[in-house]
Amino acid sequence: MNITVNGKHREAADSLPLRQLVVEVTGRELTEGGQPADGRRLGVAVAHNSEVVPRGRWAGLEIKDGDDVEIVAAVQGG
Amino acid sequence: MLQEHTQTGTPDTRISDDPQTDDEPLVIDGVALRSRLVMGTGGAPSIDGLAEALEESGTELTTVAMRRYSPEVGGSLFELLNRRRIRVLPNTAGCFTAREAVMTAQLAREALETNWVKLEVIADERTLLPDAVELVDAAESLVADGFQVFAYTNDDPALAYRLEQLGVAAVMPLGAPIGTGLGILNPHNIELIVSRANVPVVLDAGIGTASDAALAMELGCDAVLLATAVTRAQHPARMAAAFRHAVTAGRLASAAGRIPKREHALASSSMEGRPDL
Repeated sequence: MNITVNGKHREAADSLPLRQLVVEVTGRELTEGGQPADGRRLGVAVAHNSEVVPRGRWAGLEIKDGDDVEIVAAVQGG
Repeated sequence: MLQEHTQTGTPDTRISDDPQTDDEPLVIDGVALRSRLVMGTGGAPSIDGLAEALEESGTELTTVAMRRYSPEVGGSLFELLNRRRIRVLPNTAGCFTAREAVMTAQLAREALETNWVKLEVIADERTLLPDAVELVDAAESLVADGFQVFAYTNDDPALAYRLEQLGVAAVMPLGAPIGTGLGILNPHNIELIVSRANVPVVLDAGIGTASDAALAMELGCDAVLLATAVTRAQHPARMAAAFRHAVTAGRLASAAGRIPKREHALASSSMEGRPDL
């Protein structure tokens, strides 16, 4: 299926939980509850089709063809 | 958690380490800030330069922006802030609508585990001035959603009062448009905002040099927020130190009761006993 991640087109397997996508993008292992397995701060948040998804719901959210995902983190600013 | 270095329960009421000031800390949402200079991280060309400037500024609170994740950015910034025990105030910079700003604040809360947000809703890229209608709309939503809202606003006493009524944690009127370094263009309005505010007033944006920050404190502001005035100065660490002193000096002067301005001169040496030469 085809999805958009941070404004870029991405091809993905037909079954892709949001948690798995966050793992692929950040390269960090995550627990079922969306917490980093190494205990260090993850520091990212996710919007799925313009809705903020708390990390506890990442595992249960199946991404569908055409979905739009934004994965954000803090940077220098303001 | 970001709050790990603050005491929970009763607010921290430590007196300033600086013997010159003997000042009360600025308390927001139960968190005591001994430094009344909030230094943003925007505009710094290198993380090392930023570290030095943050250290010299003495700040305990700094702003960050929320942007698309990339493996290169962010990590070193957080190590730095953790090491210096500087609390993070995420902003909604770059948002033009209440909807975008509310979502950005929610993302920041998720990513950084803080319910503090510097609410910034900009009307256009040329002026970067706050859009009052969208700002009020977003402030209302965020307060209802449990956020501590630090509202970046115009130097408009009526709007500042309106934001306070909505329940924001602090109002942050601009001195001049973001990044201009023009100083405080309407000191009278800032004074008016301060005179009737019941929440902290933080002068935000437009600061160019140390005297601007001192003036903000003399006008009665509770704190000053700046970024580019330091990060884009020729010598950021030196300028950061200048601002640390300026904020302390302005705060002291504000509490010391300045002399009234007079139209004519007033001799400080008595004429009595003057020799007839």
